Amino acid sequence: MLEQILQSIKYFQPETALVVSFCLIVIADLFLKKRNELTSYLALIAILITAYFLVQQGTVGTQSIFFDMFAIDPFSLFFKAIILTSSFFVILFSIYSKELQGRPKGIGEYNALIIALTLGMFLMTGATNLLMIYLALELSSLTSYILAGYTNEAKDSSEASLKYIIYGALSSGIMLYGISIIYGLTGSLDLNTVHQALVLQSVNQAALIIAGIFIVVGFGYKISAVPFHFWTPDVYEGAPVTITALLSVASKAAGFAMLIRFIKVTFIDPAIGNLGPGMWAVLRGFDWNFVLAVLSVLSMTIGNLVALSQKNLKRLLAYSSIAHAGYMLMGLVVFSNEGIAAVMIYFIIYLFMNLGAFYVIMLVADRIGSENIDDYRGLGYRTPLIGVSMTIFLLSLTGVPPTAGFIGKLYLFSALISAKVFWLAIVGVLNSVVSLYYYVRVLRNMFLRDPQPNAQPLHFSNMEILILLLLVVPTFLLGLYFTPIVEYAQASIGMFGVR
Amino acid sequence: MNFTLTDIPLNYYLGLSATLFSIGIVGVLTRRNAIIVFICIEMMLNSVNLTLVAFSAFLGNPTGQILVFFVMAVAAAEAAVGLAIIIAMFRNKMTVNIDEINIMKW
Repeated sequence: MLEQILQSIKYFQPETALVVSFCLIVIADLFLKKRNELTSYLALIAILITAYFLVQQGTVGTQSIFFDMFAIDPFSLFFKAIILTSSFFVILFSIYSKELQGRPKGIGEYNALIIALTLGMFLMTGATNLLMIYLALELSSLTSYILAGYTNEAKDSSEASLKYIIYGALSSGIMLYGISIIYGLTGSLDLNTVHQALVLQSVNQAALIIAGIFIVVGFGYKISAVPFHFWTPDVYEGAPVTITALLSVASKAAGFAMLIRFIKVTFIDPAIGNLGPGMWAVLRGFDWNFVLAVLSVLSMTIGNLVALSQKNLKRLLAYSSIAHAGYMLMGLVVFSNEGIAAVMIYFIIYLFMNLGAFYVIMLVADRIGSENIDDYRGLGYRTPLIGVSMTIFLLSLTGVPPTAGFIGKLYLFSALISAKVFWLAIVGVLNSVVSLYYYVRVLRNMFLRDPQPNAQPLHFSNMEILILLLLVVPTFLLGLYFTPIVEYAQASIGMFGVR
Repeated sequence: MNFTLTDIPLNYYLGLSATLFSIGIVGVLTRRNAIIVFICIEMMLNSVNLTLVAFSAFLGNPTGQILVFFVMAVAAAEAAVGLAIIIAMFRNKMTVNIDEINIMKW
């Protein structure tokens, strides 16, 4: 037993590095007191060290560690890379965020909590046991609740935090009830054993359906799919912009990783291979295709339609991120390797374009003190670089060529077409058209309306512009040269315990 | 007279925990006081614990009881964070009534 734990720790270095750096940052915060903005640089160093260990972890291949609690495989490594990159950018953003740096209590705990949140999301990507899934979900949720209310002098931030914790606790409670039913039906919490039990025994179908729906509530809350999305707009609007960016990218990626692994390990029958190469057959009992298709259509449609009437840009992007969860669920509905690869390609692109859009909101809100779309009028003339960058991000979120968002959508739709799910592809395309309207409304305000008469040009420091370029350039270039990310995603669909 | 957990049929436990769970959900959805809402969430988690312990006893398998310990620990952490957030909210608005927490809607 001890031997296996020692063996496992060897493969667990990135997570261990995060735990150690969390403790170090908490201690450093105590000693630095007045100069606690230095902890941001500590957090950046911690993330770089974790990245080094993550590359090392990539060389060990597929492993199951800690008594089948946690898996290390190309699939989880891919999502860990996405999560780590977005945490890196978010800490960079917060160094320049006036909203956070102006606080009397400083930013030390904030950095420590971001590291803890990253750890929680790392554990979500690799969890292969329902106990581990629940704990990882709670670790990442609890830290997000605190971070969403971090600027608690602001009324909207503490309100966001309260709404978040009520929805989050309710959803995870419902999910836990589903887990307890699965445990009662199969006698195990390990996903592989649950799968064996579902294949070999005949379980009570009604109970299995109830358990499946309850568990979907937990996952749906994490990826903010309709009808479990009610927290999303409020939290995205009220939380600090940096945290909104992190929740919209990393948290969603971790939720998707967990959902894909849960479905693929538990409910896919590898024995039925007559659907053609790369296609998966779902076990009898719970119709995942139907449930996911409903979630996907609802998320896309409601996300896009409600976004049409938004006045606050952060809230608009919240509804847009709900719609994007719907697009990505489309890739899951087809149940093929191609679909999963398309979701993963989409996440790489989504990382750059969404973080970029939130970064622009942060820069502008720090200067003009507003997130209202009306206050963006003439912004393209007051600060051309920001205006052009925002244009690229928003067009990419719509999926207009030649930006990267087009490539993401292209692969998603081609996965749908090759699986012959035409109706869903049509719904997706129609939704993309609707989304064009509200993204272009922001662009129209920036470029086609004159600035207010007393408006001054805005100025940004070199470092802020450099960070912006780090996000704009990939968003643009990945639309023209995308072979590496496609190959990387297609090579990363290997998962532990699945042939 | 030695009573054990398994003297009572499994369905009684499941029925009780399903009832408690439903009361918890209805409470979360209808009550207006944030603290009562949190108490209802605790009730949901404890009803899950009852299900897990009952299944664990009837299956003769300790895994469920281990999960119960983790759920209790997580519930405590969640209550701590939740009460801290309620206090932060109360300092800003001087109320814990959810109906009055409405700066942001739609």
